Amino acid sequence: MELTGAQIFLECLKKEGVQHIFGFPGGVVIPIYDELPKHPEITHYLVRHEQGAAHMADGYARATGKVGVCLVTSGPGATNTVTGIATAYMDSIPMVVFTGQVPVGLIGNDAFQEVDIVGITRPCTKHNYLVKDVTKLAQTIKEAFYLASSGRPGPVLVDLPKDVLTATAEFKYPRSVSIRSYKPHESPSVPQIRKALDLIRSAERPMFYSGGGVITANASEELTWLAKNLDIPVASTLMGLGAFPGNDPLWLGMLGMHGTYCANKAIQECDVLIAVGARFDDRVTGKLSSFAPHAKIVHMDIDPTSIRKNVKVDVPIVADCRMALKALHDEAEPNLKKKGWLKSHAAWLKQIAAWRKDHPLTYIKDPAKKIIKPQQVVETIYELTKGDAIIATEVGQNQMWAAQFYHYHKPRTLITSGGLGTMGYGFPAAIGAKAAWPDKLVIDVAGDGSIQMCIQELATAVCYGFDVKIVILNNGYLGMVRQWQELFYDKNYCATCMEFQPDFVKLAESYGAAGFRISDPAKLKGTLKKAFAVKKPVIVDVTCAQEENVYPMVPAGASLSDMLLV
Amino acid sequence: MRHTLSILVENEPGVLSRVAGLFSGRGFNIESLNVAPTLEEGVSLMTISTTGDELIIEQIIKQLRKLVTVIKVVDMNEHKTVQREMVLLKVNAEDSRRAEVLRIVDIFRCKVVDVSGNDLTVESTGDQGKITALIQLLTRFGIKEIARTGVVSMKRSMQ
Repeated sequence: MELTGAQIFLECLKKEGVQHIFGFPGGVVIPIYDELPKHPEITHYLVRHEQGAAHMADGYARATGKVGVCLVTSGPGATNTVTGIATAYMDSIPMVVFTGQVPVGLIGNDAFQEVDIVGITRPCTKHNYLVKDVTKLAQTIKEAFYLASSGRPGPVLVDLPKDVLTATAEFKYPRSVSIRSYKPHESPSVPQIRKALDLIRSAERPMFYSGGGVITANASEELTWLAKNLDIPVASTLMGLGAFPGNDPLWLGMLGMHGTYCANKAIQECDVLIAVGARFDDRVTGKLSSFAPHAKIVHMDIDPTSIRKNVKVDVPIVADCRMALKALHDEAEPNLKKKGWLKSHAAWLKQIAAWRKDHPLTYIKDPAKKIIKPQQVVETIYELTKGDAIIATEVGQNQMWAAQFYHYHKPRTLITSGGLGTMGYGFPAAIGAKAAWPDKLVIDVAGDGSIQMCIQELATAVCYGFDVKIVILNNGYLGMVRQWQELFYDKNYCATCMEFQPDFVKLAESYGAAGFRISDPAKLKGTLKKAFAVKKPVIVDVTCAQEENVYPMVPAGASLSDMLLV
Repeated sequence: MRHTLSILVENEPGVLSRVAGLFSGRGFNIESLNVAPTLEEGVSLMTISTTGDELIIEQIIKQLRKLVTVIKVVDMNEHKTVQREMVLLKVNAEDSRRAEVLRIVDIFRCKVVDVSGNDLTVESTGDQGKITALIQLLTRFGIKEIARTGVVSMKRSMQ
């Protein structure tokens, strides 16, 4: 029997096990929406802006490891997803974005709501397709899901002209995909693993530098085993938080621009640095020429372009992080009991403990106990949840404090836009996570600036009962930019003061969500507790100290040794 | 240093834009670029001449390999190769200087492919050194127009 393109599309999603689509209809995708009610196994969430749909699909993917899916119309519907696609691309998130397109015959004619979305998204997708022939639709969708989720994951866009959705073809879903020009290199080279292990076991001051790849590859167990059995401390990038328990004695904290003193000191002093699923981003390395000056570097990553892009590497290992760490485990385990096989790290760990004691992560509380410090809010959220929640963040100071003062013990519990730094990301991403885990507490740590960028999704949250808790660290500023202006631009606070703000409590209420406002430190814990117990979306507007800075801080382009401390 | 890269690609719409976009988006340099079909249907060969230090060339090759539509990338500098480029030159050749121009054309074993009262159109094939030398020598007569194919390259059978 022949099916229409729209029917084929939905059958393909079913075959891929897609349960959730975040989308927004429009003229050219009506054929799909016309069929959608016949597929009760797929839930469609109507968003309020296509950017929200893309971030929700992304948040869903981060919270589950599955491919997130969004569906939008042509033209502005498609361009509105671009920020979401770029966000997912920078953080290697598996996502498939379906965009409608004008009929094939009209492409190139500047038709109504036509845009060359394949051209626009070429540099920010892993791959993209324009389907011009309905007989190729199923194969293309299969490839799109395969590409999005394999190798180094990433967003894939499939552009669907209206007449392809209405044309008919025999439906046959391919069982497997083989793309001759795409063969991810997953298993590590054994000689390289042995070389790495030799370096590691003879190191006196080794450390792990763990990145988002560890979470993507579900390698957190393997990393934890190696760290504990080989007695190696672990620092992580923002994207890697949660891969290693945040309360373990070997935990150093986040490294880089706003990393902990001991993590950054350790980088500068270590003799072997084992980078796993990380890409030596400028926010992590600071000044490259003085980064990890004494270290031999082992670098494991599935993407060969990440290796030797920014730093020279002594032992490159191109592989899936989990398989590489597992191979290290297999080589190491039989030797563990041999005396003298592994050098002692006692002195190194003692030194680290001293650094941690000298300059712990901290802030100065208001002596009069009248003003709430933003860090205190994050600490209180941790106290209330004990790490058993999914934390999404916006971007800026709120994000850094959420990274520093909340402790992540499990992978996929922090959902944050690391590479692109997209303000407005956190709230829709939190909705995506909530769609995946309806029983988990999902909190968006927000700033008063960021939250206003995708606030319209409150309607989506209320409509579908996603009781996401938004905690606004409200300092009346675009805080991170203000911090840079204070430190590097003579306090010229141009365009960073949010002079006008909505009443967030009333705004929440007008959408049918609940709103709370706190400014008294004594009421912080109680109110947050109450807010987290409410069975609907909540905004907690916390009036915070206005000019609080994120410390430690390594100024952009400076060496990790030059940290500004509290 | 100049490198010549041979890139086999799936001949799909947008493949040129993917490759060219990669170079422009990441700030790599393209000196010349040549694309044409191969014997296998649906597969084209691109030859790109580019410059950069060792790390940049390594990054260019890795980034190219990462593109889903790229089948194979070979850095021809790692092999013994034959490299050729074709050029068409329209050069001034007034009666008084025509013989002189033709002598150079002869020495370089070029072909004259079009003639008029005032100029000659010359076709020449060779490696970059030869083409550069020819252009230098003909410049003093006045080159009116030039069209170059960019370099193409093939591995020698005996390496």
